[in-house]
Amino acid sequence: MLEGIMIGLSAALSIQNLLMVIAGCLIGTFIGMLPGLGPMSIIAIMIPVAITLGDPTAALILLAGVYYGAIFGGSTSSILLNAPGVAGTVATSFDGYPMARKGQAGKALTIAAVASFAGGTIGAILLMIFAPALSSVALLFHSAEYFALMVVGLSAIAAFAGTGQVAKALMMTILGLILATVGEGALFNMPRFTLGMMDLQSGISFITLAMAMFALPEALFLVLNPSRGANSEDGASNKITGLRFSREEAKAMAPVIGRQSVQGFFIGVLPGAGATIASFLGYAVERNLAKGDEQAEFGKGSVKGLAAPETANNAACTGSFVPLLTLGIPGSGTTAILLGALIALNVTPGPRLMTDTPEVFWAVIISMFIGNLVLLILNLPLIPYIAKILSIPRNYLIPFILFFTLMGAYIGQNNATELLILVGLGVMATIFRFADYPLAPLLIGFILGTMLEDNFARSMQLYRGLDFILERPMTLGLLVLAAILVLLPSYRARRARKRAEGVADGD
Amino acid sequence: MTLDRWIALVFITFCCAYGYLAFFTMDQLLPPFMQRNPVWPSTFPKILAILGIIVGLIVLLGLEKTSATAEPSATEINYRRLHEYKLGQALMLLALMVAYALALRPIGFLLATTVFLTGGSAILGERKWHIMIPVAMIATGFVWYLVQEVLGIFLRPFPFFMGI
Repeated sequence: MLEGIMIGLSAALSIQNLLMVIAGCLIGTFIGMLPGLGPMSIIAIMIPVAITLGDPTAALILLAGVYYGAIFGGSTSSILLNAPGVAGTVATSFDGYPMARKGQAGKALTIAAVASFAGGTIGAILLMIFAPALSSVALLFHSAEYFALMVVGLSAIAAFAGTGQVAKALMMTILGLILATVGEGALFNMPRFTLGMMDLQSGISFITLAMAMFALPEALFLVLNPSRGANSEDGASNKITGLRFSREEAKAMAPVIGRQSVQGFFIGVLPGAGATIASFLGYAVERNLAKGDEQAEFGKGSVKGLAAPETANNAACTGSFVPLLTLGIPGSGTTAILLGALIALNVTPGPRLMTDTPEVFWAVIISMFIGNLVLLILNLPLIPYIAKILSIPRNYLIPFILFFTLMGAYIGQNNATELLILVGLGVMATIFRFADYPLAPLLIGFILGTMLEDNFARSMQLYRGLDFILERPMTLGLLVLAAILVLLPSYRARRARKRAEGVADGD
Repeated sequence: MTLDRWIALVFITFCCAYGYLAFFTMDQLLPPFMQRNPVWPSTFPKILAILGIIVGLIVLLGLEKTSATAEPSATEINYRRLHEYKLGQALMLLALMVAYALALRPIGFLLATTVFLTGGSAILGERKWHIMIPVAMIATGFVWYLVQEVLGIFLRPFPFFMGI
């Protein structure tokens, strides 16, 4: 491992890559603060830039920096405006916004930054320990296991969608898989489902899909409902002063940060769980652990209540890199987009990443440390200035958000039809959002679709049929696990309902 | 019927059409040597179409019970309040995006983008033309320079009749 760290250090500490981290963090913070552009949209916009760099290490470092910056920027707008740009920072606003209303905006931002830093750093250390171990196990996997593993990942994403949402999430996953079959795949060398249209020959670009699923609906919602994220008058004019917090507060925060970085990390590793669940769970756990006065303080500007979700969501973001880097299977929308970027750069993430291109693997991990440091020492003092962006009138902001969405899709393909596809899919995604369908499963299904079919076809060819399911115990075990994951939520709901009915009858 | 069930119905119809293509139109085109393979290009789509119809039916028939339907909060977006929202503005912006997509090639990046940014602000109710137009022009020029010179991706700057 030490050797790996040295390789990573030497790659990450080159002038170019240091600049990438700094630029990524700044751009991420800057855009992440805007309402309507979450980390997924920002990373999608940055992908053409990253691909033009040509060097996979630099590209991945840039994108990871953008990711961290965006999460940090999201926390900033949660704290200052009570307008979380991302679901992962909603819990931050519970205590961050009350604190800012009390005139302690500066302190709240510092606490958020320190907690994020600690969460991210501890997460990166855990990643360094667990990723190599998981990689060595994953090297034993064959295409049959990969196929099964992807099915498990997709099922887990659906299973974590929440009560009553599992079928909807599955539906979105299948739609994503269906969209992935459009175009001429490498596998069969024949166009499928292009309906005779030339522009569909190369399939739907994942950047277009990502923009259509996340950036466009959010921008349209901003137009539809001006009260969404529009209370900027009182927030942006708040003077951000007094960035320090006291020693007692630091003492109160320390155990929270310790617990939440570990808990957040492991939640982040699970596919489909990610930063949102980690932050809410972290908040709930810390509120239950707190006693008396401290518990009453939650929701009114508690230091612990702010530190918990901030630590947890950053640790979870780091944790979500584990399945991406070791198995090549993304567990969240953001890592799915990163996977798409890596494939475009000719890097195949997976267990062989560590042995084939160790410099990529370790440079990314080292750049996580550097990125967290940059956020803490460079971004924090700049926040009062960056926050000025929040006072840009929405009449100017929204056309620009729409324009960047269009550009992101256009630059990658240089094809105007792509823009029409973007608008069409964007309208579809907006309707899905209205009906409460989760969209991340769609994107993950789309990105995994090709690989899923690939591995399925390879195992079918190898075993001349479906025998591989029975002949490989690990494959069978994983597929059974996938079935359990999908069926368990509805089974438990049914049992709970039966029990409730039984009680009613007994009375 | 609620919106999510309508979507499920549309999805099932879509899966049927997709399944029809996979089951009945794809295999005839297959060269004989590929027919001896255990997997055909249509195998995976067939599985997906069947799974899609099953899952769509589960949503459509409401087989998966939702827990207590929480009242959506006022700040969250909700289609039942669509008439209270600025639907006209959103539709006009979408139309503007389509127009931009169609105009980008013929009239060139610089003009199309300036018009798009100015038009977007105008749709949202901004009327300070003396600010909107310069802002749009500067931003357009800056983005074009960035994409063309820094990233090295060609964007046709001027209308088609001007050569380049």
